[in-house]
Amino acid sequence: MLKQLKELKSSALKELEAVSQAKDLEAWRVRYLGKKSQLTNILRGLAKLPIEERKQVGALANQIKSGLEENLEQKSQLLKQAKIAAVGEGIDITLPGRPFPTGRLHPLTQTVTEICDIFVSMGFQVVEGPEVEWDYYNFEALNITRHHPARDSMATLWVDAESENGQRNMLLRTHTTAVDTRVMEQMPPPIRVVMPGKVYRYEASDVTHVPMFHQIDGLAVDKNITMADLKGTLYEFARRFFGEDRKVRFRCDYFPFVEPGVEMAIECLVCGGTGCRLCGNSGWIEVLGAGMTHPRVLERSGIDPREYTSFAFGMGIDRLPMLRYGIDDIRLLYGSDLRFLRQF
Amino acid sequence: MKVSLKWLEQYVDIALSPAELADKLTMAGTEVKGWEVIGGDWENVVVGQILAINPHPNADRLTLPTVDLGTEQQTVVCGAPNLKVGDKVAFARVGARLIDGHSGKAIKLEPAKIRGVASTGMVCSEKELGISDSHQGIMVLAAEAQVGTPLADFMGDVIFDLDVTPNRPDCLSVIGIAREVAALTGQKVRLPDISYDETGAPIERQISIDITAPDLCPRYSASLITGVKIAPSPHWLQQRLLAGGMRPINNVVDVTNFVMLEYGEPLHAFDYNHVKGQKIIVRRAEEGEVLVTLDGAKRPLSPDMLVIADSERAVAVAGVMGGADSEMTGQTTAIVLEAANFNPASIYHTGSRLNLTSEARMRFERGISPELTIPALRRATKLIIELADGKAAKGIVDVYPGKREPEPILLSKGELKRLLGVEFSLEQIKTALISLGFDCQAAKWASEVKAIAPYWRSDISLVEDLIEEVARVIGYDRIPVTMPGGEVPRQNPAPIIGFKQEVRRDLAGYGFYEVITYSLTSLDLMNKLLPQPHPLEPEPLRVLRPMSTEQEYLRPSLRANLLAALEANRRHEEGGIRLFELGRVYVRRPNDLPDEPEMLCGLLAGPRFGESWHGGDEPIDFFDAKGVVEGLLNHLGVEADFKPADDESLNPAKQAAIVVGGKKLGVVGELHHKVAEAFDLSEKAYLFELNLTELLPFTMEHKLFQPISRFPAVVRDIALVVDAGVTHHQVTDIITGFPLVTRVALFDLYTGGKLPAGKKSLAYRITFQSPSKTLTDEAANQVQKKIIDKLSKELGATLRG
Ligand SMILES: [Zn+2]
Repeated sequence: MLKQLKELKSSALKELEAVSQAKDLEAWRVRYLGKKSQLTNILRGLAKLPIEERKQVGALANQIKSGLEENLEQKSQLLKQAKIAAVGEGIDITLPGRPFPTGRLHPLTQTVTEICDIFVSMGFQVVEGPEVEWDYYNFEALNITRHHPARDSMATLWVDAESENGQRNMLLRTHTTAVDTRVMEQMPPPIRVVMPGKVYRYEASDVTHVPMFHQIDGLAVDKNITMADLKGTLYEFARRFFGEDRKVRFRCDYFPFVEPGVEMAIECLVCGGTGCRLCGNSGWIEVLGAGMTHPRVLERSGIDPREYTSFAFGMGIDRLPMLRYGIDDIRLLYGSDLRFLRQF
Repeated sequence: MKVSLKWLEQYVDIALSPAELADKLTMAGTEVKGWEVIGGDWENVVVGQILAINPHPNADRLTLPTVDLGTEQQTVVCGAPNLKVGDKVAFARVGARLIDGHSGKAIKLEPAKIRGVASTGMVCSEKELGISDSHQGIMVLAAEAQVGTPLADFMGDVIFDLDVTPNRPDCLSVIGIAREVAALTGQKVRLPDISYDETGAPIERQISIDITAPDLCPRYSASLITGVKIAPSPHWLQQRLLAGGMRPINNVVDVTNFVMLEYGEPLHAFDYNHVKGQKIIVRRAEEGEVLVTLDGAKRPLSPDMLVIADSERAVAVAGVMGGADSEMTGQTTAIVLEAANFNPASIYHTGSRLNLTSEARMRFERGISPELTIPALRRATKLIIELADGKAAKGIVDVYPGKREPEPILLSKGELKRLLGVEFSLEQIKTALISLGFDCQAAKWASEVKAIAPYWRSDISLVEDLIEEVARVIGYDRIPVTMPGGEVPRQNPAPIIGFKQEVRRDLAGYGFYEVITYSLTSLDLMNKLLPQPHPLEPEPLRVLRPMSTEQEYLRPSLRANLLAALEANRRHEEGGIRLFELGRVYVRRPNDLPDEPEMLCGLLAGPRFGESWHGGDEPIDFFDAKGVVEGLLNHLGVEADFKPADDESLNPAKQAAIVVGGKKLGVVGELHHKVAEAFDLSEKAYLFELNLTELLPFTMEHKLFQPISRFPAVVRDIALVVDAGVTHHQVTDIITGFPLVTRVALFDLYTGGKLPAGKKSLAYRITFQSPSKTLTDEAANQVQKKIIDKLSKELGATLRG
């Protein structure tokens, strides 16, 4: 019986190959797949077979049936196309269309937009600040005094222009946190803002460093903002950006402008937490720094820390598309190479 | 900072695995970046002692040492020249996993016959044990090693690599880390005994200390030890320093470094006999003073730097580096041991001005507690007496002008909840604080606690600091996950943000790829935009100390980078290239931050559509670029005029200013051939540029609905012959000035052929429509006639036959 089925299949396929007209195709269908076809008969007679044989024959017969049906559909498409192409006014629909140039947004633009959209949906508003900034907003207002070790970790590019008092205290902002104080000076609470933009460091270029990159900071100020709210907001962001199943870690860390301070990490995207080169064997990838805005930062911005509480967070953006797409050299983001840009 | 687990275990019991300990520390704020297990694979390696060394019967270079392993003795074959009877060595039994001294490959030790003598074991070199690359000779262990103990018990360790945050100078010490571990695991810290016999003469008779700059030196403590013998330090001490990443020097220096690693207080030892006048003065440096530091460099000092001086000259840059003159030598017999506290800002500035970094500077500039000086000083003095045979003077000199009483901080349950969003009981709060060494006292209210920070926690000053302490000990994972409540703040996003996004999407829709280039650029690149060189006006902003000339200036326009991008892509792209960048440029303003307008720049070059069976591989021209600008502005609801322009980077004959509301907001044109050459472009490229910041207000004008006429339109075509100098704009200006004209479209432009030279033909389709009635042919004819009359009168136009 099995042998018979196999022979049936090969003769059906051979005949199908030879069909060149739609009406012959219908005849073929009746012969091999119709109600009175051999295959249908075999399937009908299955019940009479012993159990073991029934299983084998049934499986093969059904497989052959769906295979033949598929072949029939393909053949029918081919015949239709050939018919159209053959007629004078018909067209070969497989010819390429009239070209229309395609363009794309930069992967960093796409990422910033995606992040902003997530926070906007949580009631945050997008705000931008200047890239050339005063020392005050970039450092002093954020508790980073002149001798603070944090200054060393953010190698600063200073600008040659002088301020009114003749001092050279103009710099290329080293982080988008510089916008925090400007926002608090200008907006009365409640505040919920995100601040994306370019930042600059005195840094030689290599696969993980460039002198200009992108960050986004966030700030919320209200009467009852808590660290639990910070956790909720960032977990929601992580869920939507990195996916439902990605584990998130919230640990104590230090930044001069927050207290308590937080670092959020996600489970490594490459090894899933077991440890690999990307995550330095820790299983975790740091994605952002955060915390409850330091009371002195609030005070300096004219917000009474006894009345209001606030959280702030900041993260690097460039790493995100790099992690998502497996980009191994940050310089590609700024290289304007179409072979790179076309991929996103 | 590197911390040895074995060392840590001297101060606190640790029952956790390295991974568990690393996790606890990391979660609580001190990140463990990694750890290295030393001796993790030293199975079957034990401490042995050489009992005898016999010559090998068949080889001159080999010997047959007999090694006592406690349980048995073994005689093996050895090739190293440095063995002596009595040496303690690492003995590998058969089955031990070692590294082959020659090939560097991992091997498992098998019984072997070497030149006819059986050998079932091996005495090991450092390389064979994976400790270092040294394979010069057998590693000789310290005499205190116990014969028969597994080597891993004697020398094995786990070295943690910690990332200590800048607010925690106390954690730049083993005791500091031990305190963290104790707090996080519910253990108690054991501190070393720091008592010793003061058998020398009273210290006041031998040295005096004077602080003339108390603002820069809150405390200076010193002890004096006489009769010291400078020698190498014992194995255990060297081991500790090496584990902490420091090089052993001699017993006294090693003790100062050891205590710095242990307590976190930097110490300095002066040769007492080189301290002139038996006097230490802590003062500001004098103008023009110079000091040769330990590293041999001549350091010019200035009055804002603090020095340690004797009665004659400076002997050290306070807290940064000692001077060469007062350095200890092998002949030193008496030392003054300094444990001081210095102003962090002063240390930072002095260190960075002199370009000196040191372990001491790193600790001082992070603000260690002045209370640390005495315990550290006593600990070091005790060790020096023990290890260098010294005699301590009676007493300690301690000048402490900066003493401050610790201020209690009041923390209530409510305040903690207000910040963290979770309620902890007062008991939980107190337990957490006490575990960290805080002194917790009852406060006025039952829901509050009055906490005094332990002296080593110089970073604690606010209630928020206390809250973080509680949260990190109890665990950040105990903080719940909630969303901010209250009303959602009013949203007033700046219109430029959405506007930029809209422009970007439009350009991408027109087939342009977005690029993002560095805002920092080079003078060379900017100069390529100038067919005739001249200074840039206004002068672009410059970075004070640029990394390179490539990134020296803040870009005043997006053009140069975009052209460089076209140039780079042309090396591998044949088809049409359309690029744009949207970003800020920087324009100098007097005494203020620069202006940062948002600019759009686009670039087109190459065939319009590329190879296709449909054709369309004609090159892009001026009208492609202009079409993009028109399409964009049209979509944004802005009407623009295109007027003659004189942009030096563009072909003078093929460029137009984009004028909106009488303001020039941009330009479109063909790249000047000299500029194209400068960028190595052998094709014509077209560029457009728009100031989006200035364009934005024009896109926000209020729109009013125009009723759609229910009456049929009349369409007429006219073909005009005009002088070649007459512009399309002049013609349409006239036509659209007439009533009932709702649309004018140019559908043909024709020169040459039967037309006389200097003439051109323009054909327009004009749509007439009335909002209130059906237009008769008659009415349309009337208007058309008037139009033609006016065109002929003002532009000399004639109708083409
Ligand atoms: Zn990983």
